[in-house]
Amino acid sequence: MIHKVIENLYYAKSDEWLKVEGAIGTIGISDYAQDQLGDIVYVEKIEKGKKIKQGEPLTTIESVKAVSDVYAPVSGEIIEVNEKLSDDASLINKDPYGAGWIAKIKIDHPEELKNLMSAQEYSEYRKE
Amino acid sequence: MKLILEKGISGRDGYSLPQDLFEEIKAEECLPEYAISKDKKKLSEVSEVDVIRHFTKLSKLNYGLDDGFYPLGSCTMKYNPKINEKLASLSNFVYAHPLAPEETVQGSLEIIYHLNQLLGEITGMDEYTMAPAAGAHGELTGVLIMRKYFVDRQEPRHKMLIPDSAHGTNPASAAMAGFQVVEVKSNERGTIDLKELAKLMDQDTVGLMLTNPNTVGLYDEGIEKIEKIIHSKGGLLYYDGANLNASLGIIRPGDAGFDIVHLNLHKTFSTPHGGGGPGAGVIGVKKGLIPYLPTPLVAWDSVKKRYYWKEVGEKSIGMVRSFWANFPVLVKTYAWILSMGPDGLYNASETSIINANYILAKLKEYYKPVYDRYCGHECTLTGKEYKKYGVKTLDIAKRLMDYGIHPPTIYFPHFEPYAEETIMIEPPESESKEVLDRFIEIMIKISEEAKTEPELLTTAPHLTPIRRVDEILAVKRAILTYDDELKLKDELKYREQDIDF
Repeated sequence: MIHKVIENLYYAKSDEWLKVEGAIGTIGISDYAQDQLGDIVYVEKIEKGKKIKQGEPLTTIESVKAVSDVYAPVSGEIIEVNEKLSDDASLINKDPYGAGWIAKIKIDHPEELKNLMSAQEYSEYRKE
Repeated sequence: MKLILEKGISGRDGYSLPQDLFEEIKAEECLPEYAISKDKKKLSEVSEVDVIRHFTKLSKLNYGLDDGFYPLGSCTMKYNPKINEKLASLSNFVYAHPLAPEETVQGSLEIIYHLNQLLGEITGMDEYTMAPAAGAHGELTGVLIMRKYFVDRQEPRHKMLIPDSAHGTNPASAAMAGFQVVEVKSNERGTIDLKELAKLMDQDTVGLMLTNPNTVGLYDEGIEKIEKIIHSKGGLLYYDGANLNASLGIIRPGDAGFDIVHLNLHKTFSTPHGGGGPGAGVIGVKKGLIPYLPTPLVAWDSVKKRYYWKEVGEKSIGMVRSFWANFPVLVKTYAWILSMGPDGLYNASETSIINANYILAKLKEYYKPVYDRYCGHECTLTGKEYKKYGVKTLDIAKRLMDYGIHPPTIYFPHFEPYAEETIMIEPPESESKEVLDRFIEIMIKISEEAKTEPELLTTAPHLTPIRRVDEILAVKRAILTYDDELKLKDELKYREQDIDF
């Protein structure tokens, strides 16, 4: 099974993606991650304004087969949360890189992006 | 199938009283107002034969240990001798009142006292509390004992180490007792990474909660080193007895250096498990921790020649459950241990280990094991290879139901990178070679179906009363009451086609 990996995004080893636009980053989980989790039923609510460090748990995703943490790919402040997920968490399954985004973060230290992978590196990392 | 509430016909009765002998009296005429229910519940008006047929039918739709193989990994779904049920139901036990004076229940106290000694001998511990009513309750009791021990020593420690392969109840119990949970990663052999453990263990850590053999069914050979790492920093070693079925009579956790031992009597020791019925998650400790045990404890007065409820001191964590314990479970355990004897207990473990390794050896070619090494009483295989045919482990499990076998545990444990698409099979000692061979044959057949007719699996089960259930809906919209059911029925136009009787 081939999993989608989108160009021009940053990827963490723990399978989150980060889309950087200026000082703002959008966080989601990869197609591989959503497929591993299976049908997602619940995403724990994230507080807007929450300050978080790179690698710290941002939220918890519950699927029919597992409960899994989502880690912050960079440090910063959460400025927006995808409210639609509280009604329909399966958006992450349907469109992990689009409608299934999880939160937006104001990036504190752009140099932390160095710790993340490119699309090509991530494809290699998750090659079956 | 209709609910009993939907089967009623107005005016139908289960039993008719002879009308000429009784006159009708209204409740309002003979009862005080407070005793009369204002909210009149609608009861189903059915006849005796309606009731009997309804519940007989329901019982036939069920699948349990008395029906067949139940290889639910990590659960030890073994057959338990019916005679132990009979012993636990003896009227002298059943009718003993919890507040009965000690001298009138000496027999019951004797069983608790002797069972304490037997469990101590089997596990190498000094004293047990029988109070905890279930596995997770026992865990919490054990963790509270650890907390009290450090509070008493004026060592405020905050962290608890728990392997990534642990049962979810371990971190939950530790968090409930106020500890910060720190995860210890597994190595490529599926056991604890000793370097990582040494790095994480410090003076702020109360200790380690370890299941051995662990949740993947593997024996942690590093236990001696683990014990040294934990004890050298003054920590305590907690044993989760979930998998005792692989070591009963072979090794004693007490000898391996564990300070606190948890046992699921309802799992390993002859009480049906998994039905939500009464359990007993007893906790055993080494001498130094006895003062922290909860009340009540039974002791023997050698002068007066009688058993009595012993006073616990100020250090005790107090009471964790009302009255004594789930006493009938203790009776079954006692009877089972005595009837098995030391050799019998050893044989039970040995047989369950041989069973699991037999299945592993026969199936590893078809379902790649997570770790290719001998296992304990359960083996963890995967359905990875069949993903390319569009078949997931869930589909394999569902297909097993068509062959009349209860699916094994799937997607557990779920930690990367080692365990994905897992199928965890536990064939306990009560299963014969014939049962295992039939299971193996069916699993191989399903692996062929996955390649040639994948849709047979992805749409399974086909032969069960209820077909593939909507798992998302089951999580999000649990039906807990009849009213919930009615609401949902309108909404979903009840999927009659899925229910085939």
